[in-house]
Amino acid sequence: MGCVSKSVKNSRPLSSRIGGLLFVLPSIITVVIFVYGLIIWSVNVSLTNQNSGSKKAIEYVGLKNYTDLIVDERFTHSLLNLVKFTVVFIIGALITGFIMALLLEKGIKGEGFFRSFYLYPMAISFIAMGTVFNWILNSARDEEAGGLNLALQKIGLGFLQNDWYVGEKGAMYAMALPAIWQTSGYVLALFLAGFRGIPDDLREAARVDGASESQIYRHVLFPQLTPTILTILIILGHISMKAFDLIIGINGKSYITQVVAVYMWEATFDSRNYAKGTAIAIVLLLMIAIVVVPYLRYNNKQQAYR
Amino acid sequence: MSKDIVDLITAKHNVRNKKRKLTGTERFWLIFRYISLIFIWFLVVMPIYVMVINSLKGVKNVYLVNAFKLPEKLDFSAWSVAWSGTDYFPQSISDSMSRTLFFVIQSAIISAIIGSINGYVFAKWKFKGSNFIFTLFLFGMFIPYQAIMIPLVRIATTLEINKSIYVLVLAHIIYGIPICTLIFRNYYEAIPNELIEAGRVDKASMVRIYRSIILPLSIPAFVVVLIWQFTSAWNDFLFAIFLTGGSPKLAVATTALNFITGSTNQVYYGVNMTASLIVSLPTLIVYIFLGRYFLRGLLSGSLKG
Amino acid sequence: MHKSSFRLVAAAAAIALAVTGCSSGSDSANTDKEFEIFTWWASGGEAAGLQGMIDVYTGQNPETEFINAAVAGGAGVNAKAVLQSRLDANEPPDSFQAHAGMELDGYVRGGQLEDLTSLYASEGWDKIFPADLIKTLTVDGKIYSVPVNIHRANVLWWNPATATKAGVTMAPATLDEFFADLEKFKKAGVTGLALAGKGDWAIAHLLDWMLLASMGADKFEGLYNGSTSWTGPEVAAGIKNFQKALSYGNKGAGNLDWPDAGKLVTSGKAGFFIMGDWASAQWQSDGLKLGTDYTFAAAPGTVGIYQWLSDSFTLPVGAPHRNAAIAWLKVCGSQAGQDAFNPKKGSISARTDADLALYDDYLKSASADWSKDRLVGSTVHGVNGNNAHMAAYSAAVGKYFSGGFKDNAGFAKDLAAAYEAGKA
Repeated sequence: MGCVSKSVKNSRPLSSRIGGLLFVLPSIITVVIFVYGLIIWSVNVSLTNQNSGSKKAIEYVGLKNYTDLIVDERFTHSLLNLVKFTVVFIIGALITGFIMALLLEKGIKGEGFFRSFYLYPMAISFIAMGTVFNWILNSARDEEAGGLNLALQKIGLGFLQNDWYVGEKGAMYAMALPAIWQTSGYVLALFLAGFRGIPDDLREAARVDGASESQIYRHVLFPQLTPTILTILIILGHISMKAFDLIIGINGKSYITQVVAVYMWEATFDSRNYAKGTAIAIVLLLMIAIVVVPYLRYNNKQQAYR
Repeated sequence: MSKDIVDLITAKHNVRNKKRKLTGTERFWLIFRYISLIFIWFLVVMPIYVMVINSLKGVKNVYLVNAFKLPEKLDFSAWSVAWSGTDYFPQSISDSMSRTLFFVIQSAIISAIIGSINGYVFAKWKFKGSNFIFTLFLFGMFIPYQAIMIPLVRIATTLEINKSIYVLVLAHIIYGIPICTLIFRNYYEAIPNELIEAGRVDKASMVRIYRSIILPLSIPAFVVVLIWQFTSAWNDFLFAIFLTGGSPKLAVATTALNFITGSTNQVYYGVNMTASLIVSLPTLIVYIFLGRYFLRGLLSGSLKG
Repeated sequence: MHKSSFRLVAAAAAIALAVTGCSSGSDSANTDKEFEIFTWWASGGEAAGLQGMIDVYTGQNPETEFINAAVAGGAGVNAKAVLQSRLDANEPPDSFQAHAGMELDGYVRGGQLEDLTSLYASEGWDKIFPADLIKTLTVDGKIYSVPVNIHRANVLWWNPATATKAGVTMAPATLDEFFADLEKFKKAGVTGLALAGKGDWAIAHLLDWMLLASMGADKFEGLYNGSTSWTGPEVAAGIKNFQKALSYGNKGAGNLDWPDAGKLVTSGKAGFFIMGDWASAQWQSDGLKLGTDYTFAAAPGTVGIYQWLSDSFTLPVGAPHRNAAIAWLKVCGSQAGQDAFNPKKGSISARTDADLALYDDYLKSASADWSKDRLVGSTVHGVNGNNAHMAAYSAAVGKYFSGGFKDNAGFAKDLAAAYEAGKA
């Protein structure tokens, strides 16, 4: 920051290449220290046997913490949970957001009203919403039912009542519901942006050619949305992999809904096994990297062509 | 120029809303769309509704069994308890409100300024390796923050900034750099290079081009970033709880909420719901009233890759 | 790793400081202007009770500003994490809350706590706390924390009206009677046992009692000193009883937090509830009456055994205001301090000389038992196992419970592995 204000004061003409670098240098240094420095710290700890709970000397143990994870039933459980959650969450949010966008896409009276309300769940933290969703998704049925189960009865779909996130099989699928609730408005916004970024000429041209509305959507508009969908996938994917507040807020650290980030918390702060905790964190980061890095590279190339 | 982009969207919108007689099928679809939109609206609003009705049932005797029933009579006592505290709730929400606003607004504004400068450089003044560095920035968004709390607290303690609310201002600025840079960069990418080239021909410096050409066009992106940073800092619990170390002198909205709802051996759901609602209100209001600007920012290409 | 060596040096310096501090006499007057404790008590009766104790403290130490740094969340889930980050950064509070017993193990092994044995002698606590309690608190001849309260974990709660309806006339004293009564409730169309599955701990709480009830106090304690095997017949029998008890549980228990499960009992929808005695405090604050709206007995099979848990305060190595902290610990252990805290918290004094006039009827009866019963620690609330053990234990229970409580052998194996995890 200091360097920025100084150059502003002098308004010294800077040669563009160097000048650009100077302006972002403070940010680069900050990111290097606080993001990459701490990633390196984590990698380093994950290669040791550091366990804050004991006094034994800290030694490097190579990849032992990582190989231990492979056979750790708790870890594979949380990983499987995360996969289930991610799949349902992404598909669910994509579909709901898309339907919402279709409903609004052409413009409708009151659009602003609906949009704003659809977007608001993004504004609220699950630190605050946890108990509410615990109630809404509670598994009591029939005369004791409340929340969704009660609502299903009221609209005559009582047979759909189920255990939600405490059911043996479907727990993680149900856990995706609040996540979908939170993000589908955001997906809607991205889709809306995608739709409205498509030049009107394309529609008009297709219409002139005698295409029906549904044909226009299928053959003209949807293909244009591929970049939007890709962006949404990446954003949702990384939200999903880092899922923590939502799950802790609704169901605490219960085994049945434990995901990787929750298990990492347990290893680091309950078992006080830093080495294991950081190893889990690095695995999580690598998983995210596999999803995100190709996208980032692709994006960069796209930019280069502009 | 960016005004044009925004106008384009609203204009398009107006064209489609032009009045003419609807055919039968068109009318059917219109009604269908409204019914669907209203149905979704109910789903979206339901959790808030549950919070509201349970906040009006008083302090005691709110449980799951009666959570979905309307209050028998309106009782605002939970509101006064959550807002001003009692001996059972020594930490009230009101204590933390101004502190939270103070730090959230500061970090949002500074983040936006930094993001704007970075975005400008990464979009219009690329240097060797700038794309690579930008990618590294973006990747920084993806680290699981829980994993780095231990060293982060150690750094904050060593720098002796952990006793002041500025520790949170700094944390949100630092970890906000990637997303803010991304939003601004994508926004500035959409501004035609010709504008900049014109400036260059005039021998205007980088700073002058920024001030006279870029900055005036940046309002929509600023709005997006400000809203984004405001809500994420407001809702953040992880940094708040670790970096303040639980000190009541540094309590912010989410940690105060944690103080109120976290009782281990008597649980007052009525107060919990009310406190959660109060803490959610500022961000809720920002989204409901500024949501259209936020969306407009999105539509202007901010978050599109 | 230079970081670790830095930590070692810092720890050594801190210990040296602590030692010199000790030699100058732990009774040096408190002249500190500020004093910070770290707790997970931020609201409810526990906050009100803490305030009572703080008032006693500020009465004695008017110059010291008292700061309660709190990170709330059931049984300190968040608090322990934040505390750990602070200890790790050499920024300890002056005193912090932790469950008495093995929960302190990590801090003790990490050299993060000062030995308080001399304080016990000078304050006469070694005489006034029950001998069983002192025995559990002592690690290698040293005591590291001061208990401020005692909760009882093995309590059976029920609603007299529901019991009468089902033909349950007296409290079941044995497991056989317990199961017979559950059957009566079932016949009367009432859920036998209220369960709360959220976060797994309340189910683990039930298991902890069931193991104790099934094998008796000596064998139970043997589980934690290595003389009883986790894969042996005693545990297998205990799990079988546990399985049977769970089968009488309410549907949809998975999401319930304990107050909601308790509500099933007080509202007549469920028969029995096994929960710590904080349940009484919750119901009292809801305006329910002991004896008419709810009643209690020692949990079946554990009559004459007091399964306890206790919140305690410690003196971290390197506490910035050590004298103020020692003054605080003295308040924590004193009769005045404990009697200011416990009636509001809904627990009893750890001391055997509490002024019972200040306590409600349930707590009076608990205090009487406390002085005469066999004392056994609670696993789920930190007495018997350290944090690593606890985390694995409750996950094992969660796995068994959410899996429909079928795989008894696998469950025993997981519990055995949890015990091993605590020793690592």
